[in-house]
Amino acid sequence: MTVPLQPPRRLLEITVDGEAVRVPEGSTILDACTATGTGVPTLCYGDTLTPKNACRVCVVEVEGSRTLVPACSRKAEAGMVVGTSTERAEHSRKVVLELLASSVDLSTTPRAAEWIEEYGARPERFGPDAATVEQPVKVDNDLYVRDYNKCILCYKCVDACGDQWQNSFAIAVAGRGFDATISTEHDAPLTDSACVYCGNCVEVCPTGALSFKSEFDMRTAGTWNEAEQTRTTTICSYCGVGCNLTLHVQENRIVKVTSPHDNPVTHGNLCIKGRFGFQHVQNVASDG
Amino acid sequence: MDLRFRDVEPTPEERAAIDAVLGPPPSAWEGGARTEADLRFASGGHAARERRDQLLPALHAVNDRIGWISEGALDHICRRLTVPPAEAYGVATFYSLFSVKPRPKRVLHVCTDLACQARGADAVRRSVEEQYGPPGVSWTPSPCLGLCERAPAALALEAGETPKAAVYGDLPHDEPVDLTERDEPAAEAAVPQAGDPSLVLLRRIGRADPASLDDYRANGGYAALRRAFDLGPAGVIREVLESGLVGRGGAAFPTGRKWEATARQPDHPHYLVCNADESEPGTFKDRVIMEGDPYALVEAMTVAAYAVGCPKGFIYLRGEYPRALRRLELAIATARSRGFLGDDILGHGFSFDIEIRRGAGAYICGEETAIFNSIEGHRGEPRTKPPFPVEKGLFGKPTVVNNVETLVNVLPILTMGAPAYAAVGTPSSTGTKLFCLSGSVHRPGIYELPFGATLRDLLELAGGATGGGLRAVLLGGAAGAFVRADELDVPLTFEGTRAAGATLGSGVVLVLDDTVDMARILLRIAEFFRDESCGQCVPCRVGTVRQEEALHRISRRPPGADSADDLTLLRDVGRAMRDASICGLGQTAWNAVESAIDRLGVFSPSEAK
Repeated sequence: MTVPLQPPRRLLEITVDGEAVRVPEGSTILDACTATGTGVPTLCYGDTLTPKNACRVCVVEVEGSRTLVPACSRKAEAGMVVGTSTERAEHSRKVVLELLASSVDLSTTPRAAEWIEEYGARPERFGPDAATVEQPVKVDNDLYVRDYNKCILCYKCVDACGDQWQNSFAIAVAGRGFDATISTEHDAPLTDSACVYCGNCVEVCPTGALSFKSEFDMRTAGTWNEAEQTRTTTICSYCGVGCNLTLHVQENRIVKVTSPHDNPVTHGNLCIKGRFGFQHVQNVASDG
Repeated sequence: MDLRFRDVEPTPEERAAIDAVLGPPPSAWEGGARTEADLRFASGGHAARERRDQLLPALHAVNDRIGWISEGALDHICRRLTVPPAEAYGVATFYSLFSVKPRPKRVLHVCTDLACQARGADAVRRSVEEQYGPPGVSWTPSPCLGLCERAPAALALEAGETPKAAVYGDLPHDEPVDLTERDEPAAEAAVPQAGDPSLVLLRRIGRADPASLDDYRANGGYAALRRAFDLGPAGVIREVLESGLVGRGGAAFPTGRKWEATARQPDHPHYLVCNADESEPGTFKDRVIMEGDPYALVEAMTVAAYAVGCPKGFIYLRGEYPRALRRLELAIATARSRGFLGDDILGHGFSFDIEIRRGAGAYICGEETAIFNSIEGHRGEPRTKPPFPVEKGLFGKPTVVNNVETLVNVLPILTMGAPAYAAVGTPSSTGTKLFCLSGSVHRPGIYELPFGATLRDLLELAGGATGGGLRAVLLGGAAGAFVRADELDVPLTFEGTRAAGATLGSGVVLVLDDTVDMARILLRIAEFFRDESCGQCVPCRVGTVRQEEALHRISRRPPGADSADDLTLLRDVGRAMRDASICGLGQTAWNAVESAIDRLGVFSPSEAK
């Protein structure tokens, strides 16, 4: 796979946790942290999307800045002195994890449990009556499910559906404050909305709030077993674009389809056929 | 854009209201009747999308006419403006003055915020509830309406072909609320000092007819603009820099530096935005200026636009200020017809015009970048800075955002000259300041004092506290801080209040006597921030909820009970909100509560009330 060459960029030197690092101009603090191997947790950051810096779990301390700054979106500036694990940054990270975990179901968020332990977050401290975003799961079509109990309102699905990728604009953030939700117009079912079922929102969802119907059903039935699944990247056979598909297979059945984010053409995006049109592969024997 | 609409027809009345703002639809693509010509071309692209900023005015048009926004009306607006329905729905549900569910034409907004609460809003709320039933239908509790000198107050908004608004002040306690039509007191009724010759910013209020341009000119109006034309744009900026003027909206940023930085930007056009979305609880100074001296704002904006090189300015006005809207509309139209706005102002070859954009009930839209999103027809969520407005502001262009009071200060700077202006006040806080006195004082209202006067001076001017004794003073509003009764010698300057660990903010001085229940006040502050958080970032969206919950738990316990865990929780959440929130709302949401706990000792075991 050839990746187009970028024009040469000037290098900037910044300091991350006392270690000098040189990154190309235009890089973010997060890029610099990745370059030094410093782990900064992220939730709303998407490698294929413009950083929204809404979750604030990646905040770091920058010398001279009144407030903490989001590593995912703040561009590195020459001479910047960044502290990723100062007491102040870790306090905010811990509280953000507590706030999220106490209001949202993070059970299918990769690494959430690990971070909660790492930062010593205690979501239960807000008591049993703490408000949550609990609501019925939205199952209104056969392809994917919207479980907003798990939604951290990272805006990634909205950006993927809107002008950053799909340009369908089927969903947006509605309401305000704690009552804000991802919604179609008038909260209509997806089947009455502009949704084209490309599933690119599912691809970017960081918490499992959006999931394949197949995954949702298997999780409900208790048969979802990620450890047993194999992942095979292949080429979609529907048309001539040649999108890459990663087939997740459990017990010889395709259970969901993702797409590699580093593909220089599709950046992890697919259409309804590539994303959801796999059933014919496994209907042959029984229904033939 | 290939948009999918809902195919729900608007009613003729809704269609008429929308088309009155946007003009008749030019083709079937925008919701008009289909003609044969429509079949041969497609509408779309930038031209179709460029009118997104008309979304908020169109939503207002329907809400003003019908009282709420139906699916059909929203669908028609989306067709007219090529806006995705999901996004328009997101915008409509962002603002508290809009409803996407049916409701009566007339809705009463009863202020339950701090200044009104200190003067018996709870009793008013009870009697309104007895009269009109539970809130949410024909009446709704409201955040501060900016009528604090007449607290407790209410605002009735009635939809119709000519939408009506009525304000009610000094509502009686524990008796039925009388909502018969009555005249609103003149703007100068809010200025106890009116007529005092030492006034600078308020000197015309009560003297000049706010409707008359001639009266304005006879009282020194448009002298500043003439001086500005003599000085040239760079000269005006130099004067403003030398005057030491800093922003009066709360952040106290040097105005001259903002103007200079914007004027230097190579990208064009530059925009001027006047932030008149005064929503900080207890603030009503900008309303009094706009109602009592609207031409001053028009002139000041013209001067600012001349200095910074802006062909167009916007006044982002609070949706809850109907009289200010009427007066400004008249002032702008009159100024335009007399050559003070429009092309070639006063024959100096400078062109500038002002458009008013109404907010629709969102405190967050007073944030300088949220204002841009709101004007542009997006949800009023703050943007990430950098880039700062001076580089990329409204419509992505260099923009100056100034508060109303900041702008009108430019007039005395030019007429007096920078050195004379800077001689007033203290070296780091120059000029005079408007203070919004409310709560338990004998003469609430707007007071103008040179910087350097103490809180005690101000309270004496207002006749002192009512009730048995002074309990505390909230400086700077909900985002501000409390000071104790023994701290009245704090000088009311930016540096003085900062040194005392408080803030001047927007000039709120809310006096609380010993009859006021502090726990209730803190709960109301917490409720305010929970309601007004835009929901974008986690620390603020969830943190404001957790802050309110903890305060509820503490206030339900018997006095003297141990609340150490909840106080620790408040501090932890408050610190994260301050450090990690995107904008000033979240960063300041814990200020007042923190100062009440630390300075006033509210909730400390000894504070057994």
